Amino acid sequence: MKLAYWMYAGPAHIGTLRIASSFKNVHAIMHAPLGDDYFNVMRSMLERKRDFTAVTASVVDRHVLARGSQEKVVNNISRKDKEEKPDLVVLTPTCTSSILQEDLQNFVNRASIETQADVLLADVNHYRVNEMQAADRTLEQIVQFYIKKAQKTKQLDITKTIEPSVNIIGSFNLAFHNQHDIAELKRLMSDLNIKINSIIPEGASVQELKNLPKAWFNIVPYREIGLLTAEYLKDEFDIPFIDTTPMGVVETANCIRKIQYILNDNNADVNFEKYIDIQTRFVSQSAWFSRSIDCQNLTGKKAIVFGDSTHAAAMTKILTKEMGINVVWAGTYCKYDKSWFEKEVGDLCDEIVITDDHNLIGDLIAKVEPAVIFGTQMERHVAKRLNIPCGVISAPVHIQNFPLSYRPFLGYEGANQIADLIYNSFTLGMEDHLLEIFGGHDTKEVLSAGLSVTSEDSEIKWNLESQAELTKIPGFIRGKIKRNTEKFAQAQKMETITLEIMYAAKEAAA
Amino acid sequence: MNQIKHVDNNDLKEKINFECETGNYHTFCPISCVAWLYQKIEDSFFLVIGTKTCGYFLQNALGVMIFAEPRYAMAELEEGDISAQLSDYEELKRLCLQVKRDRNPSVIFWIGTCTTEIIKMDLEGIAPKLEAEISLPIVVARANGLDYAFTQGEDTVLAALAQRPNAKQLEIPLEKAILTDNDYVEHVPLILFGSVPDPVVNQLTLELKKQGIRVSGWLPSKRYTELPLINEGNYVCGVNPYLSRTATTLMRRRKCKLIGAPFPIGPDGTRAWLEKICTVFNIEPKGLQQREDEIWEKLKYYVSLIDGKSVFFMGDNLLEISLARFLIRSGMIVFEIGIPYMDKRYQGAELQLLQKTCKEQNIPIPIIIEKPDNYNQVDRIRDMKPDLVITGMAHANPLEARGINTKWSVEFTFAQIHGFTNAIEVLELVTRPLRRNQKLEKIGSQRYTDRR
Repeated sequence: MKLAYWMYAGPAHIGTLRIASSFKNVHAIMHAPLGDDYFNVMRSMLERKRDFTAVTASVVDRHVLARGSQEKVVNNISRKDKEEKPDLVVLTPTCTSSILQEDLQNFVNRASIETQADVLLADVNHYRVNEMQAADRTLEQIVQFYIKKAQKTKQLDITKTIEPSVNIIGSFNLAFHNQHDIAELKRLMSDLNIKINSIIPEGASVQELKNLPKAWFNIVPYREIGLLTAEYLKDEFDIPFIDTTPMGVVETANCIRKIQYILNDNNADVNFEKYIDIQTRFVSQSAWFSRSIDCQNLTGKKAIVFGDSTHAAAMTKILTKEMGINVVWAGTYCKYDKSWFEKEVGDLCDEIVITDDHNLIGDLIAKVEPAVIFGTQMERHVAKRLNIPCGVISAPVHIQNFPLSYRPFLGYEGANQIADLIYNSFTLGMEDHLLEIFGGHDTKEVLSAGLSVTSEDSEIKWNLESQAELTKIPGFIRGKIKRNTEKFAQAQKMETITLEIMYAAKEAAA
Repeated sequence: MNQIKHVDNNDLKEKINFECETGNYHTFCPISCVAWLYQKIEDSFFLVIGTKTCGYFLQNALGVMIFAEPRYAMAELEEGDISAQLSDYEELKRLCLQVKRDRNPSVIFWIGTCTTEIIKMDLEGIAPKLEAEISLPIVVARANGLDYAFTQGEDTVLAALAQRPNAKQLEIPLEKAILTDNDYVEHVPLILFGSVPDPVVNQLTLELKKQGIRVSGWLPSKRYTELPLINEGNYVCGVNPYLSRTATTLMRRRKCKLIGAPFPIGPDGTRAWLEKICTVFNIEPKGLQQREDEIWEKLKYYVSLIDGKSVFFMGDNLLEISLARFLIRSGMIVFEIGIPYMDKRYQGAELQLLQKTCKEQNIPIPIIIEKPDNYNQVDRIRDMKPDLVITGMAHANPLEARGINTKWSVEFTFAQIHGFTNAIEVLELVTRPLRRNQKLEKIGSQRYTDRR
């Protein structure tokens, strides 16, 4: 057992559900107790989805516990098949069903005899993998299934497109700024005259998966989800893939050079150096920005970085290589990806931290006292408590991290956004510091009587209980409540305010 | 025992149409009760013994609260715990000692989950031993999704609390703390049960005081060390509709007499609640008609907004019957009352008031659907086109996108809705989507999807 207040990565089934519900017309059925469908709330609230989330539960209750699911799962699958006519139903095990050890594969086999839809059992073990690993595996599983199916029916066409083309593997719901990142990647590809063959899984139909081998190469922007699929396609069809995250101007250039290499390898004869040069010097502002005089002030400032391995590594590179900031330590909660992370940022920071214990992270931050933190929502809250500015660069995220406006982290526009994020975090810190030195915004007392009735000009007394009640009212409306109650008491010609009067005043004010 | 007879009304079944669907509905996991209970019981610590799934739910559902140094945590089960390679006793001891050291609570609540049920972890057996060993009370509640929905989590915790024997030295009569004068009628001690915020505790206590009725204690109290004395023959009365196990425990284990009353939600409910308690104590209620009228007068504006409008409860928190009854009294037409679980005995008086209200408002009694099926419900909502759907957050945005006004049901659980004073809060919530949409009407289309 582990005492845990907070976790960075969710349980495995969330990963499966994220992939399944990203596809068009795929329905996921969770084998889970009542209340485990919280995923639907997250998708509907965080992403403000207009459509019903295609996830339902085959509810595990006392009866299931006593007699097994029997026909229930099979019936639920065929019911969804009739109601929604999905292309694919993904039966999703949860922590509960993994310990029940029911033969879910058997249910899948039986159900798929009757259904129009394909039926798959997500191959994830709840106690061994987390959300991201499960998502990675589920995506591979679905892709593999449809490639094999096409092979069997001889519908697989592996002739490459005439023009250079790419699959983007890594577009899914509930991910950090993903929608914007994908838009930015599409723009980048169009600038480079590369056709998009397929973007999976968000918005993709499972029917189009058989076209994946037509692409010249694959891009996996985030290493947490998509690498397994890219590796599978490499092994099976020898499709090269690029796993360099184009985040920051340096890495974006690296990514483009890798694309150039692959294309030239296929006799496309392209040269992107001029494009990189123009984008870096003129289109993106961030390279110039980090040379501008303002950024001199950031030189050698202490920062710490924590997040998923993709974002934490990329951010560390940007801070050190592009802005001259001193990253005291960089870390990730993707423990299974330790060696990659160490290889990427080992030379760029003083220390590497690999943990999923937020308490340890909190303590380490307090010890180092950095000038700025780049982390997840958890680090933002630690930062708040320690009064250190913080920029959020990675999941886990809140609703604020699903902005309406265009906020990519990838590509040249992403570099601009990140530069703003870094700079704004620091200036806020500087402002705070100056304010402290000069003693706050304005040292003069506000003498206006309009803000609160002071005890001198009021003859009304508050008894102990009502005083206690008053202190429970949140600060920002307490003054108003106090004034209203006193006004009410005056009108009633009462001299002492009791609880009754407080409530009566509240009713009267309504 | 007239209050029991009152509940067992046989002709109820004929008049109200109860149905039961598949139980495929969205609701919060009952472990969510730790969110409000740890705030209510100030010296407590809640340890949820479950998996990452439970933790993920709490972390996301409770949002910001998690960062305010909450007095709750997960005892996250690992593979070794599931396969019994690790001793439950030793593991729990280690964690509880850590909690004791770091937070020094007066009580630790163990919240059992689906996983502890399935692997049959003997929490009730371990707790007394460990309690003695670490000298800290441990209360076990099985608030799992196999058996319960959302607010029923509170029921399991309060039922567990109700089973704790009286701690003799700890009597701190409530009236000494907040009431100064002594104009009470002599009566058998009355204990109220149900977790409500402290202001609501004070408000309801004061309303009863006006009738000369003294509240001897609340279950739960502000602190674990202030749990009320509960003795055989005492009267108990619930303030929330989802507390049937607690009521049963108080009756059977503590030999208390249950006052079966409608719940103090809405001015009509509050009045009926007070009147019922008065009747039990042979007190002639005074000033309640006037008090209720005054409140309705204050609600006029809100009532005018919803009068004649229709509402559909998808059902997820068991407050549905009381809310529907109040809204019908406010002039609304209720199409359907979905509810996770319907205890016709415990909610008997509330059901009768619903019946009476419908008769007086001259509208048919809405159908009550237990264990609803959300998919079918969405179908019915499409056909009926209600003016308002009260639903969970999984369906709210998709329904709004289809031009259907929604109100999140969860807010009724977290807002102060009990008593005369807070009746306005309920209508404030119910009318919010209507008021908002009145303002937005000019934008044009109410539908924001191209599908259907």
